[in-house]
Order: sequence, then C-alpha cells, then structure tokens
Amino acid sequence: MNLLIKNGRVIDPGNGIDKIADILIKNGKIAQIGRNLKARGRTLQAEGMLVVPGLIDIHTHLREPGREDEETILSGSKAALAGGFTTICVMPNTNPCTDNKTVVRFIYDRAKQANLCNILPIAAITKKRKGEELTEFGELIEAGAVGFSDDGNSISDSRIMRRALEYSKIFAQPLILHCEDTELSAGGVVNEGYLSANLGLPGIPKQAEEIIVGRDLMLAELTGAKIHLAHVSTAGSVELVKTAKKKGIKVTCETCPQYFMLTENAVKDFDTNNKVNPPLREEKDNQAIRKGLFDETIDVIASDHAPHSAEEKEKDFLAAPFGMIGLETTLPLSLALVDRRFSLSKVIAKLTINPAKILGIDKGTLGIGRGADITIIDTKAEWILKTENLKSKSKNTPFLGRKLKGKALYTIVRGKVFHNL
Amino acid sequence: MKWTKKDLLGLEELSREEIELILETAFSFKEVSSRDVKKVPTLRGKTIVNLFFEPSTRTRTSFELAAKRLSADILDFSISDSSVSKGESPVDTAENIEAMKVDCFVVRHSVAGVPKLIAKKIKAAVINAGDNSHEHPTQALLDLFTIREKKGKIKGLRIAIIGDIQHSRVARSNIWGLTKLGASVILCGPPTLIPSRIGKMGAEITYSFKEAIKDADILYFLRVQRERQQEIFFPSIQEYAHLYGANSENLKGVKKNVLIMHPGPINRGVEIKSEIADSSSSLILEQVTNGIAVRMAVLYLLIGKKD
Repeated sequence: MNLLIKNGRVIDPGNGIDKIADILIKNGKIAQIGRNLKARGRTLQAEGMLVVPGLIDIHTHLREPGREDEETILSGSKAALAGGFTTICVMPNTNPCTDNKTVVRFIYDRAKQANLCNILPIAAITKKRKGEELTEFGELIEAGAVGFSDDGNSISDSRIMRRALEYSKIFAQPLILHCEDTELSAGGVVNEGYLSANLGLPGIPKQAEEIIVGRDLMLAELTGAKIHLAHVSTAGSVELVKTAKKKGIKVTCETCPQYFMLTENAVKDFDTNNKVNPPLREEKDNQAIRKGLFDETIDVIASDHAPHSAEEKEKDFLAAPFGMIGLETTLPLSLALVDRRFSLSKVIAKLTINPAKILGIDKGTLGIGRGADITIIDTKAEWILKTENLKSKSKNTPFLGRKLKGKALYTIVRGKVFHNL
Repeated sequence: MKWTKKDLLGLEELSREEIELILETAFSFKEVSSRDVKKVPTLRGKTIVNLFFEPSTRTRTSFELAAKRLSADILDFSISDSSVSKGESPVDTAENIEAMKVDCFVVRHSVAGVPKLIAKKIKAAVINAGDNSHEHPTQALLDLFTIREKKGKIKGLRIAIIGDIQHSRVARSNIWGLTKLGASVILCGPPTLIPSRIGKMGAEITYSFKEAIKDADILYFLRVQRERQQEIFFPSIQEYAHLYGANSENLKGVKKNVLIMHPGPINRGVEIKSEIADSSSSLILEQVTNGIAVRMAVLYLLIGKKD
C-alpha cells in the first residue's frame, strides 16, 4: 500500500531539510523524498502545508491505570493524534505507579489495543515515587521503559538522588527530573509575587524550583550522569542550565507552552485551570523562557498534559489539583513563537528530533527506510478551542475560547493516516 | 450615584464613589440602633442567609443584628466540619439554599476566592464576609466609617497597619479602601509576615515600629495568631510584643491625637496591652458599633427596593 504526500514544505530539522518536496511511503516506511514523485495508491495534496516528522511529546500524563474517568490510553492517544503527536511518553504517576515491569507491559498492551499513536512508558526512578528505593532500571528498560522520572515529586534526599544518577550511567535512558524544594514550596498554590500578595493565596517562590535545578546540576556534574529537566518555568532556571551547558554538564531541558504564553495574572479570577505546578510565573520569566528556547538552552517543548475531571477542578483553589491538558494546544501555541528570527525549523526540532535524541529513540526524522510517522500541518488555519472538540476526556485548559493558529491536518503513524480527528 | 453591583466581594473592585455611597448610606442607618425600637421595615420579606464555612461569632452576629434591624429574615447556615466532609462543594451548598428562594448570602470561607465562585454561579447577592487572607470588605468599610466619623475626613490621613499583614484579609481590604479615599498607608511587622510585593497595592512597608508610628494619625493593630509562632514566623510571643506590640513604652513618639484601632478579637498583652486597648484613644468598641450600620447599608444597597 502506497501513500504519496505531494508538494508540501518538508521540514526535517534532524537532516537539515527545509524544501518543497513529495514523500512516498511504502508499507508504512518512508521510501523516497523528492520532486515530482509518482506512485499508485492514495495521494495527499499538501501544497501550502508543512510536512514534518511526527511530533513527540516527552511529557504526557495519561490516567490509566487508576483514573480512567479522567483519561485512558485510548482517549489520550486520540488527543495526541488530534494535536499532531505520533509519539507520547507517559509519566509513571498512575495508580498503580509504573515502577515495575507489569505496569510497563500493561501500557504497551493497552497501546496496542488502541492502535493509534506510539506510547512509550517512562518508569519511576524510585519505588512508588517515594524517593527512597531505586526501581529496577535494567528490567524496566528490557520491558520497554524509555526513561525514568518521579515526576510530580522531587527526590529530596540528595544522597539517593546521587545514587540514582550514578546507577543510571549503566544505561542510555535519561533521568527526567521534576525540580522542586518541597519544604520551600509547601502549601503554595500560585507563584509567590504580586499576585500571591494581592489575593492572599500561599505562594511558591521561584527559588523552590531553582534550588533543586542547581542541586541536580551539581549532582550531574559530580556523577557525570545525564539529566533532563522537566517543565522549566523561571528565568533563574534558564540561567542555571545555560551556565551548566557551557561547563559541559550533560543536561537537557524542556518547557511547556504555559510558561511562555501565560503569567500569574491568569489566576486573578481564581480559575483553577490555571493552577499548575510549577506555577505560572511573570512576564520576565516568559521572556527568559522564549530566549532560552531561541538560544537552545531549552531543547524541548513538552505538553505536560495533565487531565483532571471537572469535579476535581471545580474545587476551591487550595483543594483543586495542579495541571492542565496540553496535547491539543501545544502545536499551535509553539508555532506562535515563530517570527523573523525564530525559524519554523527551530520550533519543529523542539517537538521532534530533540526529544528523540534525549530519549535515544529511533524517531523524529524523515530518513529513508524509517517508519513513516509524519505530521502535516496547516500553519494558517485559525480555530477556536472548544470543549466539544477536545478529544481528551478532561477539559481542563485555560485556553478554552481562545483563537489559535495552526493545526495538524493529517497525523500519520507508520503510514496510517488519521484525519479530521 | 446608584448602586449597580450584584455582590460585594472586595474593596479592590469598588470605585471611590461606590465606597462613599456605602459610607453615606451607613451614616443614615446608624441612628436606627440608638432608638428604643431598633427596627425599620426596609427589608421586610427579604431572606438573608449567613453561610459560614468556618467559625465566626462577631461577624456573623453583626450581620444577624443588621438584618434584623432592617426587618429581614435571617437564617444561620454554619457548616460544621462533618458536613463539609460529606463532600458537598460550597457552590452546591449555596445553590441548594438558593433553591429555597433567598435574596442574599453572607459567605465566609477558609479559601480565597470561594465567595467569588459562589457569586458567579447564583443569582442572589453575595457578600464576602472574609475569604481567608484575601478580603473582608465590610470590616474595612466599618473601619473607614469609624475613621471618618472621628477625624472628619480620610483624605490626607496616614494610617499604620501593624502586625501579621501576610495572613490578613483586614489589611488587604483596608489598603484598597484607604488608598482609594486618599489616605496613605504604611505596613509594619516582621518581614516574615509581610509579603515583599504587597507594596504594589499602594502601601509603604517598614519593619521598624518607630518608623511606622512616627507620622501616623491612626495605628491599626492586627491580631496575632499564636499558631504563627509554631510556623517560625517569629521566635516568641514575648519578642513579638516587645518589637511590635501596642504598649505605652513603644508608643512614645506618636502624634498627639493618634487613634488606636483593632479588628478584634484582641489578644490582650500580645499585640495590644490593656492600658492601650482601654484608653480614650482606642476606637475598638466603636468599630464594633459601626459594624451594624455599615452592614445594614450594604444589605440595603444590595437587596433593598430599587427605585
């Protein structure tokens, strides 16, 4: 079965390609890239569209097993495809937690049943994500874990963090670190700044993130292990990572659209959809995050898709859980970064080749012979985000009602085309 | 000037004119409480619900008396911890009571923003009677009323608010109200209890008691909660009282006609010594008296007959 994508603007940052071309897909693999290709079978006209490697989300929360009312592997896969993602890496804070082979295999089984996008499990660093005993990295990797994270929790004991980093050096898979000094942030629900002073809500200082970013960079230096920092949100963190990269410390990091699109002011109305961890910061942090993305201090844009039920989010601001969904908004919000200096190719790299490299997975490019994971994007499409159009089971996003620009028109996984999701 | 808002959620969202309208209305209601028959028929047939999600005696009682003096029916719906643990959300609780056709809710809750959430969901008027550290508009209004009654004006006065600013809804509402009416506000307390960015609301900040009281016309002392010592906001109650307490030693150097205020309940010997609380410059009990008039005014403006 052939599939021919005609006349799209092919951007493949991993191979330094940005040109108008056709792509021929045979049996789910990329067979040829060039001009004026002809083949029998289905043809997709992509004139005026972007054709890029299938997007990869390095940071997704699905709620299966445990809270299937909020998101299942099936519903999360649909949301991923609608947002242009062909691969999502799912975080281990499920119930039970992904700290053993059985849960890793369960995720693969459910992903196979859904048969939509690629789902790659990230396993916990410590058992039950309690920061005490290491999980069996080797066995989890054999079962298919692509990385390790206690996301949502920091490993507060520096000695255990050090051991985890040292031990991880046996393997290629990275440790993905949530940086938060939980004693300093205790009780906080919004950024500590003018907003927390004004509303009288308990604040989380930026330093609660930066202290642990600093510690983990030092421990990475001590151990020589490589680390990937999750959801960087402050100007100070960007500065620390930049300095560490210059020193040769093996660090990569990600941010999420909310940290360059929204500030703490969004919380003024007590809308709990804006309650996220780390919290929304200030304009100067937004700017530093954008600059960090531009100068390659920040390698990846991730969704940190965190579904929560309406009932959970309707609680008061202290009781409501942290998190917003992001799979269906990350692409347009990332495209909004593009300007005369910030190229499309740079944005696409942060959603494709960069996360693939960090995880060491054979994805994120359009190489000949590779599995045909491709996203075709209409960058000019303007649309309004509406509850009824969201594929995610949960609707907790502050971007509802916003006009967004750019949409995945076709999401292709191993040659199979998904359209109009 | 006519009142147009459905709710009273805070002083941040009120204009100077709206605040003055409330104060003027309160002035005309104050006389009712000094009558032999302390009742006018203004709100006859209206139903008001005191919806308190955390315990309160004085604010609840003050609203109850205000409602009764206006001939409204008032229902007390205080929620014990046990019924909260049954899992009903505050909005659901308010909607259930509203279904019984009531006109106004007086809401206190331990989390900032909850009165606003309720106000958005229901048609009845909502008065915020304190949402944690956020706002307590009727307290600040009665303070403004008291200051104006005593000083004849608010514009140009200097008010020092002293104590636990961080956890104080009274401080926040007063900063908005006082500055909107043209007073200058200086906040004073240990740095552990003053959010560094609160100055942007329009107040000065000092950690020096001497500095705070120097040119002040009013010294407004806030209640210190003893639990804060456990949370290491300050080393001991004794040290707090020594550095920031109202006692005659600390108050040397105040302006001659300085007045002392406190939202109550007072901790005698902690933030205020008896010699000050009971002195002729203390307005503490007058604040309580004026609370009734101000709350009558607010209830009248929100649910009274609109001509």
